[in-house]
Amino acid sequence: MASHLLLLVLFSFFVSLVFAVIAKDDAVEQLHFGGLLFAGFVAAAVVLGWLMYPFPL
Amino acid sequence: MRAGAAEQTPSGGLVLLCLASWAVPGLGHLWFGRRAKGLVFVVALPLMFAIGLVLHGRIFPFEVSDLLVALAAVADLGIGAPYVAAIAMGLGEGQVRSVTYEYGNAFIIVAGLLNFLVVIDAYDVALGRK
Repeated sequence: MASHLLLLVLFSFFVSLVFAVIAKDDAVEQLHFGGLLFAGFVAAAVVLGWLMYPFPL
Repeated sequence: MRAGAAEQTPSGGLVLLCLASWAVPGLGHLWFGRRAKGLVFVVALPLMFAIGLVLHGRIFPFEVSDLLVALAAVADLGIGAPYVAAIAMGLGEGQVRSVTYEYGNAFIIVAGLLNFLVVIDAYDVALGRK
């Protein structure tokens, strides 16, 4: 359970799931909105990770 | 039917609904017959909290001297009964040296914050706004 990527994906999944279920009533809308959120979370984390890569701690 | 929910729920009932929804994530939605939503919350939020504990996350104490710790404690409290159960079982000590410590904290804190949103959503359902 120490994989950073796995934990990132797991965290994104739970947050997207709850947000989608709160925000939308229809199952198809929930799937679309949740999928978009999930993809956004993961993509943003990967992009920000690469942007930070050139800078040392 | 949704507009009628507000008329059928007196203010005392609203308080009880919010408390129940806080104590057991999703119970407020189940109360109003929104089974699918309620079941998602009942499963997902305590599971997220439990994962945070497994990842050696910490349940923060209420220390007013440190604002961030106090805010984290309030967020942790948001998950309701699982918080009380974890405290009673002596869980949530947190292991700072663990590589997953910060991840665990994030899972625990966000699970509590999400449950606050779920309580607000249940309140809106009770008032017939949704």
